[in-house]
Amino acid sequence: MIDYFKSVWAWFHTILIGMKITFTHLFSKKVTIQYPNERYPIPHNAKNRLQLYPDLCNGCMQCARVCPVQCIDVETIRVVPTDPDKPVMGDGTQRKLWVSVYDIDFAKCCFCGLCTTVCPTEAIKHTTDFEYSSYTREGLIYHFSAMSSEQVEQKKKLFEEWSAKEKAAKAGKVAEPSSVEKGEN
Amino acid sequence: METFNFLDKIIGESILSAVLSALLPLIFLIVYALIAILGELKISAWIQERLGPMRTGPYGILQPIAEVVKLLQKEDIVPTNANRLLFNLAPFVMFTGAFAGFAVIPFSPAFAPAHINLGLYYIFAVGAFAVIGIVMGGWASNNKYSLLGAMRSASQMISYEIPGALVVLTAAVLANSLDLQEISLAQSGPFWNWFLFGGPGPWTKIWVIPFTLLLSLIFMITSLAETNRTPFDIPEGESELVGGYHTEYSGMKFAMFFFAEYANMFIVASVLTIVFLGGWNSPFGEFMSGYFWGVFWFTSKAMFIVFLQIWLRWTLPRVRVDQLMFLGWKVLLPFALVCFIVLSLYRILY
Repeated sequence: MIDYFKSVWAWFHTILIGMKITFTHLFSKKVTIQYPNERYPIPHNAKNRLQLYPDLCNGCMQCARVCPVQCIDVETIRVVPTDPDKPVMGDGTQRKLWVSVYDIDFAKCCFCGLCTTVCPTEAIKHTTDFEYSSYTREGLIYHFSAMSSEQVEQKKKLFEEWSAKEKAAKAGKVAEPSSVEKGEN
Repeated sequence: METFNFLDKIIGESILSAVLSALLPLIFLIVYALIAILGELKISAWIQERLGPMRTGPYGILQPIAEVVKLLQKEDIVPTNANRLLFNLAPFVMFTGAFAGFAVIPFSPAFAPAHINLGLYYIFAVGAFAVIGIVMGGWASNNKYSLLGAMRSASQMISYEIPGALVVLTAAVLANSLDLQEISLAQSGPFWNWFLFGGPGPWTKIWVIPFTLLLSLIFMITSLAETNRTPFDIPEGESELVGGYHTEYSGMKFAMFFFAEYANMFIVASVLTIVFLGGWNSPFGEFMSGYFWGVFWFTSKAMFIVFLQIWLRWTLPRVRVDQLMFLGWKVLLPFALVCFIVLSLYRILY
């Protein structure tokens, strides 16, 4: 009998305790962050979308080779000695390769960060940007190359001219070795 | 304070005034249901430390309207092997039962849609319609979960109705009437004249206060069971029975069930208000009392009870069927009986 009253009291009492807890929660600070209007701070070293700094990239293609999902697509053109631009890299050294194409397909990217690890010039970095969704798959392919298509055409032509000359010079070297030095500068 | 129906006074006792008297609670019910749905969303969110709906309108106050529009747009599905007639009838039976209860609720001394002298009895009688609706819907759906929910609802009803009826009986004994206006009138004066505090009488009534408090508590519990709300939402327990008796319902018919649940919440809250919290009486005696203040006091008291129901819903887990049986038969019934006998004696002696 006493147990019965005790258990009835325990029910009632614990319900009151529970109601007290929920009542305090009713007025406590809410944890919701209303996302598009306010954001949770992202650490600056977060591994989100990749970003290439084209003036730092020397076109070594290590990133493209190490990528486990092959999402990086790089094409380069050799900088010929006769190039009128005399391009320099971000750190002031002579540029050896024009990076004509540098595409990353973020639909494939798995954010492993291997490309940033292998990059000798730290040209590719993760950013904190994670809101880059797109309606099309093409919209997720980012073109990072700083060169315009005319520039690429021009550089390709320069390289072709130069390599043709070189070939001719090589052919001529067999016959007339002295002319190579002149062409080589 | 005399009681009357203000519509009868204005346009005379006619069919028009009767129709208007029936329409007024319906308008009130629609507005109340929207507020209660928003309250449910917001209170549940705040208890869980969320913000709740925030996008529809300022602070999400238009969310219930959006939900109703969504439900109206949904496809109305009737299962192939369902009993079409009963399936289509069930939500309306349930809503009719819930709305019929509004017929006798005295919102103010100047307004009770139908002034009948058996109000309390009538509310309990039409309240049982809800169970018929549930059993009908559950059986006609031709779905094992719906049927289980319906059967649970029937078994739940017999365990909560008896202590609930005893409480109502005690209230009738205390007020000497079953007329809801009379019961409200019997508690006029300051708040210590409410039946929650033993009703009007000299200070020697103080020894009955524990019993009346206990009775109001018992009625609160049985009213939760009557409205099928947590902790007694056994007939529709989502985690056990998908949706219980309304598993197969969609669109507007589901909305009817939903609507009926909220209407029932208000009905039981208003019965509790009338029987124990003095109905439309001002808690400060003559201060702020009158025909219009009556509406204010009645709705605010009833809404407080509705808030209490929502608060309890988001606090307590669901009880098992056997726990409900134990609670109904072995706890509430003996306690209600003891209170009934004590208060009847008190009524005879004083």
